[in-house]
Amino acid sequence: MGYILNSEEINEVFRKWKQDSVIYAPILMKNGGVFSDTDSVHYGEIQSIEEIVFDQRSDFSFKEILLPISETLFYFTEDSVKEPESSVKQAIIFLRSCDLHAVKRLDTMYLHNGAKDPYYKRLRDRVKFVLMGCKESFDSCFCVDMETNRSDDYHASMELSDEGVRIDNKNPEWDELFAASCTKQVDVTPSYVTETETQVNIPKSLTLDVMKSSMWKQYDSRCINCGRCNFVCPTCTCFTMQDIFYTDNGKVGERRRVWASCMTDGFTDVAGGGSYRQNNGQRMRFKVMHKVYDYKKRNGIHMCVGCGRCDDVCPEYISFSHCINQLEDAMKEVTGNES
Amino acid sequence: MNHNEYLPFRSEIKEVIRHTDIEYTFRMAYHGDVKPGQFFEVSIPKFGEAPISVSGIREDSVDLTIRRVGKVTGEIFERYQGDSLFLRGPYGNGFDIENFRGKELLVIAGGTGLSPVKGVVDYFSSHMDETKGMTLIAGFKTPKDILFLEDFGKWKQAMEVILTVDCADDDTACQIGLVTQYIPKLKLKNKEEVTAIVVGPPAMMRFTTQGLLNIGLKEENIWISHERKMCCGIGKCGHCKIDDTYVCLDGPVFPFTKGRKLLD
Repeated sequence: MGYILNSEEINEVFRKWKQDSVIYAPILMKNGGVFSDTDSVHYGEIQSIEEIVFDQRSDFSFKEILLPISETLFYFTEDSVKEPESSVKQAIIFLRSCDLHAVKRLDTMYLHNGAKDPYYKRLRDRVKFVLMGCKESFDSCFCVDMETNRSDDYHASMELSDEGVRIDNKNPEWDELFAASCTKQVDVTPSYVTETETQVNIPKSLTLDVMKSSMWKQYDSRCINCGRCNFVCPTCTCFTMQDIFYTDNGKVGERRRVWASCMTDGFTDVAGGGSYRQNNGQRMRFKVMHKVYDYKKRNGIHMCVGCGRCDDVCPEYISFSHCINQLEDAMKEVTGNES
Repeated sequence: MNHNEYLPFRSEIKEVIRHTDIEYTFRMAYHGDVKPGQFFEVSIPKFGEAPISVSGIREDSVDLTIRRVGKVTGEIFERYQGDSLFLRGPYGNGFDIENFRGKELLVIAGGTGLSPVKGVVDYFSSHMDETKGMTLIAGFKTPKDILFLEDFGKWKQAMEVILTVDCADDDTACQIGLVTQYIPKLKLKNKEEVTAIVVGPPAMMRFTTQGLLNIGLKEENIWISHERKMCCGIGKCGHCKIDDTYVCLDGPVFPFTKGRKLLD
């Protein structure tokens, strides 16, 4: 069902939502950017529609709501372990189509690849999604090529227009709420982009042989293995276990999982000093192939959703989309097939 | 919360068997199904977790052979009989005895690589009638590094055993040389039918499997086990992924036809 609400009406809906839910959306962090006097757009809790940043892409994704950067798995004493209590609140997350597709990638890893992850599941079960329509793409987006530009599995969609906030609601529980504060009922289809300035071509001939290509050498020196690309990515899911203990009582502490990056040192270290992929070029290859090749082999869809955040965050200006577009030549190089 | 795979359980150390200065076997209380080559995540709160493969299976216990090389294992070595460790698992596919029953078997292990395959050797050493013959080649760096010395005595009575070290300064009962140099001299009945298991450091596995192919073993009759960093053991943390394979879920034991294609 479609509605148009003015800002006062939508904020009334938010107030009602907030009785049992936390609303997360991209918000402006004033002076939060990397350089001085620059801002940043992060996810945060909001009270009103005015706080939501609709005209920029968020620098970080919604991911940390479902997969906290550091998450306590259990508390321990010397001889017992105890699970942490979880929040009783529901969550409503505002996100764009690419990110809604990223949720499917997170679900695949945490609910279907091996045993279900109980920490992810208990958060996931409490979440509803509000799609933010995209009227036009941002510079580094390539969602159309990754087939993530359209979504229809949202609970509701919202976007700003001259008439007010245009909403398409698919969640029957919310119909009454929207209808009660609505002046206008109309048919609404969320905007989506059909063309992006940045385009990518994932060659059909792509195989793991591409690891032998010389293309990866450029990243040996350009990449500084900081891992920012992994942390802004809405589909990177890796973590590392970490035990901490309390300084007041060293016998009591907690085990956490914290985000991990396949670009940084230590990711593959095994006991006794062995490790794999020492140079940054091969780490780049490992990441790129996971995003546009082997994840699909295992799960049927590409992992990369084409949000372009990794391009924008890289301090060395390494472009992921540009890297994908070198794969075709790289395959020709390793197979010796120039046709 | 529903079943939580991350929560470890406490397990008592029933016995500590010292092989070398840095390698001990911890016999841990455990009831339940487990296969050789599977692994447990072993932890001590505040020091962290480490994946350790099962080196022996009994009715009420599992053996975990641990090398003291890091923070977690260093702390484990401070624990004695009667103390306890936290475990979760077993994880991974392990060696399925059914794949080896009725075959002429060849097991080649390098160093601690003997641990994951030891359960297979143990089983067939007391069920030799279920094989068409069995040979074990085990290599260690020096005589001081030899693991499971007592078991070798038992195995030698049942099967052909070649115990070798890379180098030795003193008089030693074992032979000197890399495991690969014994491959051409092996007296195998039917090379085309021999089933082999190769476990050890990456370079050792690479040269050993090549050596086996050179003497005429079939690729599809070779099994290997990979060692990778497995933080979670349940296909989530991503550290052990190679191409589209999760070593913790799909391995660590692989048929060589698949395992040889796993390039990090």
